Amino acid sequence: MDGYNFAYLDEQTKRMIRRAILKAVAIPGYQVPFASREMPLPYGWGTGGIQVTAAIIGLADTLKVIDQGADDTTNAVSIRRFFARTTGVATTERTADATIIQTRHRIPERSLRADQIIVFQVPIPEPLRWLEPRETETRKMHALSEYGAMHVKLYEDVARHGRIATAYDYPVMVGGRYLMRPSPIPKFDNPKLDRSPALQLFGAGREKRIYAVPPHTEVYSLDFEDHPFEVQKWEQACALCGAGDSFLDEVIVDDRGGRIFVCSDSDHCGERRAAGHVGAQPDALGQPADKVAP
Amino acid sequence: MMAATPLLQVRGLTRRYGARIGCRDVSFDLWPGEVLGIVGESGSGKTTLLKCLSAQLEPDAGQVVYATRDEGPRDIFALSEPRRRLLMRTDWGIVHQHPVEGLRMGVSAGANVGERLMAVGARNYGRIRASALDWLGRVEIARDRIDDMPRTFSGGMLQRLQIARNLVSSPRLVFMDEPTGSLDVSVQARLLDLLHGLVADLGLSVVVVTHDLAVARLLAHRLMVMRAGSVVEEGLTDQVLDDPQHAYTQLLVASILHP
Repeated sequence: MDGYNFAYLDEQTKRMIRRAILKAVAIPGYQVPFASREMPLPYGWGTGGIQVTAAIIGLADTLKVIDQGADDTTNAVSIRRFFARTTGVATTERTADATIIQTRHRIPERSLRADQIIVFQVPIPEPLRWLEPRETETRKMHALSEYGAMHVKLYEDVARHGRIATAYDYPVMVGGRYLMRPSPIPKFDNPKLDRSPALQLFGAGREKRIYAVPPHTEVYSLDFEDHPFEVQKWEQACALCGAGDSFLDEVIVDDRGGRIFVCSDSDHCGERRAAGHVGAQPDALGQPADKVAP
Repeated sequence: MMAATPLLQVRGLTRRYGARIGCRDVSFDLWPGEVLGIVGESGSGKTTLLKCLSAQLEPDAGQVVYATRDEGPRDIFALSEPRRRLLMRTDWGIVHQHPVEGLRMGVSAGANVGERLMAVGARNYGRIRASALDWLGRVEIARDRIDDMPRTFSGGMLQRLQIARNLVSSPRLVFMDEPTGSLDVSVQARLLDLLHGLVADLGLSVVVVTHDLAVARLLAHRLMVMRAGSVVEEGLTDQVLDDPQHAYTQLLVASILHP
């Protein structure tokens, strides 16, 4: 696109962001402040993730963008098109083919590889914010590893619901040192953060913070000895592909209360259907199994 | 219950606010199990002194030496910040005049009591909850209120909850700033009764700031009378209140209303 630098941001800005990313990788889980720029989309739509992606993307990259696991939602489509127009790099909907995956609210079901980078869009980076409104104080708490009070939140969950009811943005300890918000991914995805071979980068545009989990870093989800961390389970399998081990979305299919559960990761579901897996209602969303592109 | 060294040794403590004096050249020793009352009128420097003692405010001059459990006497302002903060969370308790300042109003009573335990590494929900229940019982809050929010509590209950929250970590030294200041008279009496019992049972050392001489007489073993930032008289509580020597103390004692 004429009149814009490669990947929209100017080179000095990308340099500044890369420095922040390097520091974030060097101190796993630590929130590095950076001079977040105005982007041509509103805060809350992924301005942090876009800036991180813009700083790391190169001509040889293949970009995948997902929102709630799907490649075809508004946020995903517009960000993917933004980079296609400002960089000209190849885009894909296939997790296996991507080198950079920008995501909101999910980690793909397919295990990531060492040559892939996943970029998370983060609304609120500070895990201690709910209990301490002062930034000076939260920084001090991070510096001194004063994280005990974080369990107060989990205590409240157990006292009220009989179990830890926090289902997304579930707090984690990174590398045994820094407490981190994993962005609003379901806690179903927390185990995928742990010792992932892929580099995981987190960008918060409005809050002006970048943090990272380097490959093979331990990510521990907080819990109690007598209420250990566990992920969601469903009684149903995916109605389209029959997967029983993926994160499911509930979809309303008619105005008589009919509903089905389908994989939230649309690429994972499509791959399974292309490979011949069939669920209980393969036509429920108007996509017959034989018409799904391989 | 005399030990070889005082729990707290204060020497020449001075705090100024610009040209004004907060407190000036205060020195005293506090022994284990002792309750020291600091009395005086509003603006006499009681709260400034208490804040300096409890490391909430840095003094301009002087020392506060605390007998730590493992390393013996240490000047608290010479300790590293992590050590000082740990001390404040475990070995010390701070009871504020207004419970709202000392409580987390957004979480249940049980979480308020359990927070200090979790802050020092307790990770077993069942045990944390059992301690919280035990402490609610000790401060006379019904056990079935454990999951209620503090905002549903009365003023007296809030103050008792704040006390439980502080005592759960078995502190050795508790600072109290007008603990009964915001309560009505009958609730005050019950709270004082409770505090009196807890202090005696647990062998706590307490520094209690109050403008209410009745509170001082009931709780404190020893009194310091402050005026305009300086200590004008100190001694055993009964001695100070029954036979005041300094003109200001005489005035203070004479101004109590006898119904």
